[in-house]
Amino acid sequence: MASMSIYQAQEDDVYGVLAEFAHPGELLHAAASVHEAGYRHFDTHSPFPVHGMDKAMGLGNSIVGWITLGGGIAGLALATWMQWWMGEVSYPINISGKPFFAFEPSIPVMFELTVLLASLATVAGMFALNGLPRPYNPLFYSRNFLRVTDDAFFLHIAASDKRFDQDSTAQMLRDLGASNVETIHDHGEED
Amino acid sequence: MEKTLATTADFHDEAPLVTGNLSFHDITEIVSSHTEKKTPLAWYGAFTLALSGLMLMVVMIAYLFWNGTGVWGLNNPVGWGYAIVNFVFWVGIGHAGTLISAILFLFRQQWRTAINRSAEAMTIFAVICALVFPGIHVGRIWAAYWMLPIPNQMDMWPQFKSPLLWDVFAVSTYFTVSAVFWYVGLVPDIATLRDRATNKIRRRVMGVLAMGWTGANRHWRNYEKAYLLLAALATPLVLSVHSVVSFDFAVSVVPGWHTTIFPPYFVAGAIFSGFAMVVTLGVVARHVYGVKNIVTIDHLEKMNIVILLTGTMVGFAYITEFFIAWYSGVQYEQYAFTNRMFGPYAWAYWTMMSCNLFFPQFFWFKKLRRSIPFMFVISIFVNIGMWFERFVITVTSLHRDYLPSSWDYYTPTAVDILTFVGTFGLFFTFYLLFLRFLPMVAVSEVKGVMPQADPHFYDHSGDGHAASHEIDVSTHSE
Repeated sequence: MASMSIYQAQEDDVYGVLAEFAHPGELLHAAASVHEAGYRHFDTHSPFPVHGMDKAMGLGNSIVGWITLGGGIAGLALATWMQWWMGEVSYPINISGKPFFAFEPSIPVMFELTVLLASLATVAGMFALNGLPRPYNPLFYSRNFLRVTDDAFFLHIAASDKRFDQDSTAQMLRDLGASNVETIHDHGEED
Repeated sequence: MEKTLATTADFHDEAPLVTGNLSFHDITEIVSSHTEKKTPLAWYGAFTLALSGLMLMVVMIAYLFWNGTGVWGLNNPVGWGYAIVNFVFWVGIGHAGTLISAILFLFRQQWRTAINRSAEAMTIFAVICALVFPGIHVGRIWAAYWMLPIPNQMDMWPQFKSPLLWDVFAVSTYFTVSAVFWYVGLVPDIATLRDRATNKIRRRVMGVLAMGWTGANRHWRNYEKAYLLLAALATPLVLSVHSVVSFDFAVSVVPGWHTTIFPPYFVAGAIFSGFAMVVTLGVVARHVYGVKNIVTIDHLEKMNIVILLTGTMVGFAYITEFFIAWYSGVQYEQYAFTNRMFGPYAWAYWTMMSCNLFFPQFFWFKKLRRSIPFMFVISIFVNIGMWFERFVITVTSLHRDYLPSSWDYYTPTAVDILTFVGTFGLFFTFYLLFLRFLPMVAVSEVKGVMPQADPHFYDHSGDGHAASHEIDVSTHSE
């Protein structure tokens, strides 16, 4: 779940600490420092993807590509089977003595269904890996966090992290240059 | 000197992508405010006009269904008329959107961010207009579902050796993938609208559409990979779609259709016509919505260069067709092409030639390709020319059969023409709804290509504004 940026709140409802940074440069630096300090359950939030952030956070390559490959193979197999079964087995019609099924005239549909299923798998896989749709998120309790889709840059350290300590974690973020450091509570209901 | 984005960008770009020294917040504000303010009266006016066009189309289609395809101008040798011409015309227009969103993305052309959202919207709506025609042209409308492999009580299946069936798969795949790609791009921007929403209903609707997007880097990581993969899939797809459309013609044995040059020539023509439409719409929209600092004159100039390039490619293809007809020594081929140039449809042929090959050549002049009124006029000419290209290909090849006894002249009826006019109503109805309710510029992508988005921009006391990289603003915002 942590890979989807979804974390378990502590018993006292504390979900984590949210800190704002002035610009992408500071955010990148802070993320690298937090990772270096041994934190793993943390994430950065920004209006656009920040270049180099995956490396700073110690994240590897996304696995979406494998899902795409799976979808593409499924599409190709489906198109091949469909055209063979419909043309050769279920409803064979002799047209100018052409074979009931041959690869050459089947290629366009094979290509299209490969692309179609690969694309749909990519999008479905991306949302699934991200744990979306997720209408409820404790971070939405923060008024300040509304600016994340505009021009603000945030770093959130989750309470589920082994090293998390409400005071020392917040202090570390302040030392890294954060402003508006706040504790996020998971009330589990709409505000 | 230390390597910063500002200095490296100087080597690549002659001008910044966003002018006017805007901050991230300014971009959000400029784009989002149009979806949040009170609906302007002018929008209602335009929407009424568009909706009337749509109604006209619906009435014409109803009339067609009631009476059958006899209400169209089709005759014995010319069994394909406006329906296929309009279909190819609209599908072609769609191609520019995918070129901008996918192919230019793979080529790292960052200027695309200003126009990709509206161009992709144009793609989707144009393909909807295109899909109307194969749906309604079948004559026995109640059998239209035979185009799809749907299990039925007759135990029949479609014939997969027919290019028309490939077309069904190509265009419907194209529509689905374009729509999905567009939505994926929209998610972060809809989240922006959600976070700015002031009333509860709007926040709820946008919240559902945004799927709970928080801009988390763990999400961006998968998102960016998915976006790249979609671009990589859409690129061969868009090339395949118009190739398959051209197979509808090329696989037949009709002189003037049966040529191997068709797939690349159709693809070039599609991109040509689509870019013209993007310029037509973009020139108006950037003026009305005041996004001139985001969709700058440099963006328009780049599009005009693409129009010049693809227009010349199309013109070259026209000439190549003639050469091959002469060189083949086949008299039917030679007649088909001489007849195009000097026969009863010479007026259509020369309209096509002048609009597609001649007029875009003015874009060799920098002054003309940076002139807003001039490019608007040229883009309209190109739209007209590309419609006539499809008309010329379809009708001139058919109206002279192998048997002179069946020769005839095709004239469209009022129903033909009004149905076509009506599809513009359909297109603009969707387009106006898009402009009203969704962010017309990809906000998160534009922010991402601004110099201050690079974390290393701040290595040298950057202030979060683009000023250090800004060339004289007055010369770049008209």
